[in-house]
Amino acid sequence: MELSKENIKVMNPADSKIPEGPVAEKWTNYKAHQKLVNPANKRKLDVIVVGTGLAGASAASTLAEMGFNVLNFCIQDSPRRAHSIAAQGGINAAKNYQNDGDSIYRLFYDTVKGGDYRAREANVYRLAEVSNNIIDQCVAQGVPFAREYGGLLANRSFGGAQVSRTFYAKGQTGQQLLLGAYSSLNRQIQLGKVKSFNRYEMHDVVLVKDENGVPRARGIIAKNLVTGQFERFAAHAVVIATGGYGNTYFLSTNAMGCNCSAAMACYRKGAYFANPAFVQIHPTCIPVHGDKQSKLTLMSESLRNDGRIWVPKKLEDAVKLQKGQIKGSDIPEGDRDYYLERRYPAFGNLVPRDVASRAAKERCDAGFGVNNTGLAVFLDFSEAINRLGIDVVRQRYGNLFDMYEEITDVNPGELACTVDGVNYYNPMMIYPAIHYTMGGIWVDYELQTSVKGLFAIGECNFSDHGANRLGASALMQGLADGYFVLPYTIQNYLSDQITVPRFRTDLPEFDAAEAECKAKMDRLMNIKGKLSVDTIHKELGHIMWEYVGMARDKEGLEKALEEFKRIRKEFDTNLYIPGTQDGMNVELDKAFRLNDFITMGELVAYDALNRNESCGGHFRTEYQTAEGEAKRDDANYFYVACWDYQGPDKAPELIKEDLHYEAIKVQTRNYKS
Amino acid sequence: MKVNLKVWRQAGPREKGGFVTYTDVETTPDTSFLETLDILNETLIEKGEEPIVFDHDCREGICGMCSLYINGHPHGPATGATTCQLYMRRFQPGSTITVEPWRSAAFPVIKDLMVDRNAFDKIQQAGGYVSFNCGGAQDANAIPISKVNADEAMDSASCIGCGACVAACKNGSAMLFVSAKVSQLALLPQGEVEKDRRVRAMVAKMDELGFGNCTNTGACAAECPKNIKLYNIGRMNRHFIAAKCKM
Repeated sequence: MELSKENIKVMNPADSKIPEGPVAEKWTNYKAHQKLVNPANKRKLDVIVVGTGLAGASAASTLAEMGFNVLNFCIQDSPRRAHSIAAQGGINAAKNYQNDGDSIYRLFYDTVKGGDYRAREANVYRLAEVSNNIIDQCVAQGVPFAREYGGLLANRSFGGAQVSRTFYAKGQTGQQLLLGAYSSLNRQIQLGKVKSFNRYEMHDVVLVKDENGVPRARGIIAKNLVTGQFERFAAHAVVIATGGYGNTYFLSTNAMGCNCSAAMACYRKGAYFANPAFVQIHPTCIPVHGDKQSKLTLMSESLRNDGRIWVPKKLEDAVKLQKGQIKGSDIPEGDRDYYLERRYPAFGNLVPRDVASRAAKERCDAGFGVNNTGLAVFLDFSEAINRLGIDVVRQRYGNLFDMYEEITDVNPGELACTVDGVNYYNPMMIYPAIHYTMGGIWVDYELQTSVKGLFAIGECNFSDHGANRLGASALMQGLADGYFVLPYTIQNYLSDQITVPRFRTDLPEFDAAEAECKAKMDRLMNIKGKLSVDTIHKELGHIMWEYVGMARDKEGLEKALEEFKRIRKEFDTNLYIPGTQDGMNVELDKAFRLNDFITMGELVAYDALNRNESCGGHFRTEYQTAEGEAKRDDANYFYVACWDYQGPDKAPELIKEDLHYEAIKVQTRNYKS
Repeated sequence: MKVNLKVWRQAGPREKGGFVTYTDVETTPDTSFLETLDILNETLIEKGEEPIVFDHDCREGICGMCSLYINGHPHGPATGATTCQLYMRRFQPGSTITVEPWRSAAFPVIKDLMVDRNAFDKIQQAGGYVSFNCGGAQDANAIPISKVNADEAMDSASCIGCGACVAACKNGSAMLFVSAKVSQLALLPQGEVEKDRRVRAMVAKMDELGFGNCTNTGACAAECPKNIKLYNIGRMNRHFIAAKCKM
């Protein structure tokens, strides 16, 4: 499976469908000239939305409010449990309520810069533009954002920004925003405009050719996870909102059920997969503690507002910490290395996530790690507690402190010692972990994939974050796509479909797709080998983290691609799934997902190998400055890498979407001054 | 450390279930309870047996998916924590831990420890929202809301919809769950407009779906992993009576 360099194609710039005009006017112009569907016709059109996270739930409810008929699917027992619910810190918007100089342009600029100049400019400007509407929308739904005593909304700062633009609801912002979208969804379910299918997993997207021979997405095959039966669903358009592929790494902050199978099904049917190498590693997670661990827990980035990150200055102190002979609070102030404040004076502890993660790895690789594995740094609240008092700090981060204590048995708000009248509190220990994936299904400005009638929104598309996502921007993007972008842009497609009658699910295309899904299940059940799904998944995750993780190089990536072949063979020949296909079979469902994680892992490695530069979350050790900062290559890699599926045993082909920046001057990212 | 797990196994909704005891399950104090079930499941798979089915997803206490009744308590012995936030250091080595699904007529068992909580969604669909279409909202700061009300609404809105309150209640009542949503929206000006209609619809749906009456014992609030307060029920009753009087 060699990557063929000769076959690299360049995408026609028109395919991105970026509207004419200056960047600040593109979205307004688009809306003014796009085609709409009238109310009587909306009633005749059906849309499938797969996923009920922020993007899926907001899109499903808004499309239904507009008058479309929506079929909405989730793998959990209720739409309210999608993994958006676990987002802690907040959501960005350019409201400038704090009068600190924020603006739509500044949010746009910070997001493009934070993404290391690999995002599509027009998409990001639109995102910044609708960010303010999102906050209005959520407040109107009854989302209980944090407020000041005067009754107005409160804000806090997040990484990669010099203004306070993050709106929050304690440390549970994702939960509150998702419950807001869920409430709108519930209203539409009650009104009969949305049909909700819980515990259903999409296995394939069904394409039907139109009269001109163009394949269009016309439905899905979904498995009822309770009965084990496949069911067919038809619609005029299909929207995928199924999240990212972080669980390819086995250990991540994603929920256990998060998977990339729906996205991979689209990929196999011709939807390009863009920038898979852009994976975000979050700097503040609870470190790994043993080989039985099932997932990693995130500690919100908001903690970096008041927490200071450090390791010992002296190697001997670090060694003592690793041996458990001393505690962090035993190390005097003068012997602490607040390395982010030292290296990046302008942004300090609030540098973007990729920068903070690499800096932690650099210190730990140099031997300064602070726990028994040597893979942890301190996040210390002593200064904040001394400045603000424990009550204020607890009000801000209390639930995170409690969560940390429950998992590690250490209370970060507890006084450890007093030296020269200064109180020192127990620090948290943190280490980077896989958290979010910027890469995803390629979409044009209308959020349509390279397959007609198939749209991708939220984390599962690639569009807005470039090579690195800033904190509190995932919630913004999910809701922007679902509430304010897709419900408009999809009409530009559906307006041509008003004369197309409802599809029947007994078309030969549905027969073939369902037969293929069943055959795949038969194949998995019949392997009858010896290894459990998790055993193989852990092996995959180990290779991913080791060679396709925080620091990558050519040799390691080539080794990873070899290892994936071995893992693929192991999966195909030595997997064991107990039970039968009738009824619920959790192991079979996990095997179905792992099959796609292996393909996904290969895709990440291919892309990482192709991109001979370091940018954002993608760090190739061959390409760094003398100071260890990422070294971009704009001359050769100023493009979106789109991967086109060629078949199960063939390497995918690369199609480049060249980036064009008009409003922003591309420069080296600098968080130092 | 080793523990014994006495687990409810049930092949399907209409099958007869029973306890099966798995002895000497190897785990560590820093391992979570669900990871211990993972360990047990891996050994079952190795032996060619079907693993124990249980609901779980985020494993950080926020999605509300996990739902185990452990040693007589929903979510086990830790207070203010979900099953996935429960660590083995809470248990004595060598002890036998009893694990059951939520027990309530409104939450039928699907398989083993997994139950059907669709009734909760139905109650929310009956009225747990502000009737408002996307696109028409005024500026978010147009209506100041007192911090006290906003914070109290936030506390009520913390409910994760896990169903521990129902499982804890002798009557299988959903009063705490319903009152949390009623309170959140009633405390905010955006929800004020529809508050009568909402409380009537949600209470009627709750009764229709077979949830029992409030026992007034407060077991629900004592067992709630998110510390939803009992006074939410008081507030809902007050609103309900006021709304009924207006009919």
